[in-house]
Amino acid sequence: MSGDARTEAPAATRWPVAPLGRMLLAQSCSEIRTRWRIPAFSVTIVALPVLFFTFFGLPYVGQTLPNGTNLGAYLVASFAAYSVGSVMVFGFGIGVATERGLKVDVLMRATPLPPLIAILAKVINALAYALLSLVVLIVYAVIVGGVRQDLAVWLDMVVRLLAGSVPFIALGFAIGYTCGPNVAPAAANLVYLPLSFASGLFLPVSQLPGFVRAVAPYLPAYHYGQLAWSAVGAASEPMAVALAWLAGYTAVFLAIAFRAYRREESRKFG
Amino acid sequence: MLGPNGAGKTTSIGLMLGLRQPTAGRARLFGLPPTDRRARSRCGVMLQESGTTSVLTVREIVDLFRAYYPAPLPAERAIAMAGLAEQARARIGTLSGGQRQRLYFALAICGDPDVLFLDEPTVGMDVEARRAFVSSVQALAAAGKTIVFTTHYLREAEELARRIVVIDRGRVIADASPQELKGAVPGKKITLVTARPLAREALAGLPVSVLDVTGTRASLLSNEPAAVLRELFRRGVDVADLEVTGADLEEAFLALTRRGEAGA
Repeated sequence: MSGDARTEAPAATRWPVAPLGRMLLAQSCSEIRTRWRIPAFSVTIVALPVLFFTFFGLPYVGQTLPNGTNLGAYLVASFAAYSVGSVMVFGFGIGVATERGLKVDVLMRATPLPPLIAILAKVINALAYALLSLVVLIVYAVIVGGVRQDLAVWLDMVVRLLAGSVPFIALGFAIGYTCGPNVAPAAANLVYLPLSFASGLFLPVSQLPGFVRAVAPYLPAYHYGQLAWSAVGAASEPMAVALAWLAGYTAVFLAIAFRAYRREESRKFG
Repeated sequence: MLGPNGAGKTTSIGLMLGLRQPTAGRARLFGLPPTDRRARSRCGVMLQESGTTSVLTVREIVDLFRAYYPAPLPAERAIAMAGLAEQARARIGTLSGGQRQRLYFALAICGDPDVLFLDEPTVGMDVEARRAFVSSVQALAAAGKTIVFTTHYLREAEELARRIVVIDRGRVIADASPQELKGAVPGKKITLVTARPLAREALAGLPVSVLDVTGTRASLLSNEPAAVLRELFRRGVDVADLEVTGADLEEAFLALTRRGEAGA
């Protein structure tokens, strides 16, 4: 073993590397720019929540729930939760699968860019689009729908939804690493749309068919919705319970993603 | 690094870059594990079968890659060295195969690395792109950069390399300068069509390596094609058709390795 000692390079510790902040900034800008130029993503994630709110929310804006909450605000919260979740599931699910298909990851792995910075840049990118989609939805609901809430309520809702979006990032990674680029869009739709519906993000849970109502409290989007509903005073469970469910689902999705990632790793790189 | 398809060239590059894990032994770059960011900051890489997003422009992705390195080249310079100045504002998705290959070269050099790893860099390049690539590589080498590249073309290795390592099926079978290598392998390929099936004995004692003899068709490698042909005619081999060409190194080395196996 001592014969190997001279092949180590203690003097190398002073070698320059690029600052991580600069890498993160460049990588994030690049991700945001890339997504902006894919209308299938950028237009969809902004337009769909507004469209859904128009169809399912606008007709009920003036009504109030039995507990006194404004139904319009409740539905904005629902579609806000739907919207952030969709940015995460579609953005990461389709994004990761597409990059794997193009083998972007192969070249990136050989550069000095640390993988953690690459992932962080994706998260920043997703948060930026989620924020954009929330702002558009809320402004639309206020101006067109006449939904009135304090600015503090909207801000509270935005912060809760962005901070609580981790399980959907994990779900996106799970889809992105288990599906190929052609299957991922279908898989994301098949998982996320029924999930949102059954969790009461399109219609209030109380109006869902009986068997769906029984399943809803076990779904991640139901507990994610609680974060938004609590901002307008309409949560139906304590926040600690919602957060515990979300943490549990995060662990499950990450485990799935990690397993698929490792399997591909061993296949691709021996 | 020269060798036929499947020789292990890409695998070797992958090991040197830490993209693959060796089953035995270990790889070190500048004395560091190849995955170390300090080592990677001194390397530029061009890989086969890697891609990039197609909606960014050439200039944008070069700028992105420059951000990964501590002291990158100016973007214009890297783009010009790769011969892409006219396409700098074009989206990657609109580039031709050859231009795309040049883009990967620009990405490899934009960090001003000390070592370049280029895996089959000229695959897909047209004649003009190849010429620009060769002169860029020569300029980089003259500036003191180390360039490790793989190819299965002897001529490319001769033209660009100071040292050639030939590998086949995962083993190094030669490691020498281009001049030494040329002396060590048969340089001409003789292709014969005979009137009657050629008996193995007809070739006995000749200074040739046999690539292939099937029925009336034979492929031979030799450094003395004239002497071989004279002797064949003297032995009364009835030649119906004949061609003498420069051998490519892949064939030459395959012949050498197969002969080695037969002798063992």
